[in-house]
Amino acid sequence: MNASAVPYDKPFALRLLKDMLRIRRMEEEAAELYGAGKIRGFLHLYIGEEAVAVGALHALQPDDAIVATYREHGHALVRGVSMNAIMAEMFGKQEGCSRGRGGSMHLFDAATRFYGGNAIVGGGLPLAVGLALADQLSPEGISYGAQHRRRVTACFFGDGAVAEGAFHESMNLAALWRLPVLFCCENNLYAMGTSLARSESQTDLCAKAAAYKVETLKVDGMDVVAVHDATRIGIAHVRDKGGPFFIEFQTFRFRAHSMYDPELYRDKAEVEAWKQRGPLHSYSARLKAQGMLTEDEFLACDAEAQAEVDASIAYAEAGAWEPVEDLMRDVLTPVGGTTS
Amino acid sequence: MKTSYREALRAALREALQDDPRVFLMGEDVGRYGGSYAVSKGFLEEFGPERIRDAPLSELGFVGAGIGAALGGMRPIVEVMTVNFSLLALDQIVNTASALRHMSGGQFSVPLVIRMASGAGRQLAAQHSHSLECWYAHIPGIKVLAPATVEDARGMLAPALADPDPVIIFEHAQLYNLEGESNHVAPVDISAARVRRTGSDVSLITYGGSLPKALQAAELLAGMGIDAEVVDLRVLRPLDSQSIVASVRKTHRAVVVDEGWRSGSLAAEVMARIVEQAFFDLDAPPARVCSEEVPMPYARHLEEAALPQAAKIVAAARAVMGK
Ligand SMILES: Cc1ncc(C[n+]2csc(CCOP(=O)(O)OP(=O)(O)O)c2C)c(N)n1
Repeated sequence: MNASAVPYDKPFALRLLKDMLRIRRMEEEAAELYGAGKIRGFLHLYIGEEAVAVGALHALQPDDAIVATYREHGHALVRGVSMNAIMAEMFGKQEGCSRGRGGSMHLFDAATRFYGGNAIVGGGLPLAVGLALADQLSPEGISYGAQHRRRVTACFFGDGAVAEGAFHESMNLAALWRLPVLFCCENNLYAMGTSLARSESQTDLCAKAAAYKVETLKVDGMDVVAVHDATRIGIAHVRDKGGPFFIEFQTFRFRAHSMYDPELYRDKAEVEAWKQRGPLHSYSARLKAQGMLTEDEFLACDAEAQAEVDASIAYAEAGAWEPVEDLMRDVLTPVGGTTS
Repeated sequence: MKTSYREALRAALREALQDDPRVFLMGEDVGRYGGSYAVSKGFLEEFGPERIRDAPLSELGFVGAGIGAALGGMRPIVEVMTVNFSLLALDQIVNTASALRHMSGGQFSVPLVIRMASGAGRQLAAQHSHSLECWYAHIPGIKVLAPATVEDARGMLAPALADPDPVIIFEHAQLYNLEGESNHVAPVDISAARVRRTGSDVSLITYGGSLPKALQAAELLAGMGIDAEVVDLRVLRPLDSQSIVASVRKTHRAVVVDEGWRSGSLAAEVMARIVEQAFFDLDAPPARVCSEEVPMPYARHLEEAALPQAAKIVAAARAVMGK
């Protein structure tokens, strides 16, 4: 276990812990609700990988943009989408952040510049490049506030996505046009049942980005402090230099790929070994060792997270089904409507 | 013998792998994972990694490699998880596989089989649920099959592999657990439609995942005194106009049921052929039941409302009957 001191003040240090707990408890309940038939479709859990979304998203500013995958409940939550809106979306209720049209795989939220919820592997990458291109071309791309800075688009994707052409084309475009994209590769070693070693001739993912002259960092994705610090470095690079940056977060999903996955492709020992390095208990142990957290405080944080989850389930249960007569809405923008 | 659609596909694949050393199966998670719909579960152990070939997430690459391997003398079966993902490989299928024979002046054929799941019904929303068979059926140079029964799931692969040209097989995701009889292992005729229920009042013409719904509608109609015939297209390209027209000549009324979106649908093509070839046999304008023109919504009640359902088919059939 990493014994180095957590270099943050207590409120921020606890914020990171609380957000990891919020994701964990929300998703544990989501799995139960799936079993109960309340949540349907595909449900991809992020359990085990929480340190990545939490550490990385806390390094972003409110006007930065996020593009994520179908394994995005945690990213949406930390970004500031309410747990109520996320839970209602998974229930398919109209109070959901995508009106119940998207479900678990398609969480969207314009207010926090959360651009989904993309379930075609690699599909989010060109989107992120384009958002960054718009920032490069338009005045909104630069905030002239107290600190004059560039907006960043953070794009999350898995190790599986690097095999798609979209990854390579996006890397090249971002580097060629010096676009402000932070590429966040969540390397959990498996793409469904295919391990990285069986799908990539070059398993060093940073080398791929580097081939396009993109600057890179490789970091322990189970360590929220390491994730946060690396992301701050990456963001600073993008804001100062304007070009893209690539971070490989080395992490692991503790659960099956989706609720359909019988997990025939990896053995329990491997999963258990990674669980020993679980982001929640390793971080809380560190905080405790440092005197920043007591067991009572931990339990209070956990109870708070659980209460939020319980409230979100009640909210989703009480939500409304969109009337069937509205089926055809939102296929096109109404004349005179807005695009954002 | 009673079996499932999934088991029938497995039996056909196993037979193909056993019978011809040139056959191999390639696609995402076909091996270690056991196939995303468990169709190839256990095959890796049985046939080894050379022939049960897990591919990275590179649809354009491995579908294209399948084309090349076919050109090079192999008999690849390429599995794409769902039709939505096949769009990443559409270039290779349209610009290479389907065109090679013609643009080489008849020198090169591509004996390739591509299998993929399609269709909605599991609340998988707008990037995993579509029914794009029609797009493929638009392309000269390939054949498109849609097995909708256990028997066709068992019997269509062998003739598809024996075909010298690219054949795309659509497996509707709602059919994998379908139970049915599979009595013979003889290859089925992949050039003709099949009448699945004979009737005299109206022809319900459909394919794939909509066949069970059309059969269900026919039962409901029978209770209302309407005798519906159900025609399963089975082959979406080239369409078997003869069987379609023969049925309509008999019943004088047609309802086409298609999970694709209405505009530019396969249903539109079937209706056009009926109008071209059997106009004077019709007692009523042909009708169609298609998916609503909306990307598939997640919420269950909205997904159900977006799709063809037995009740909608019954209503359309009654309308063409004037009842
Ligand atoms: C283009 C495309 N091909 C296949 C799939 C099916 N699929 C969904 S997730 C997935 C694995 C992706 O793995 P990775 O990128 O490593 O992300 P992880 O799921 O591990 O977070 C696959 C094969 C898809 N959604 N899109």
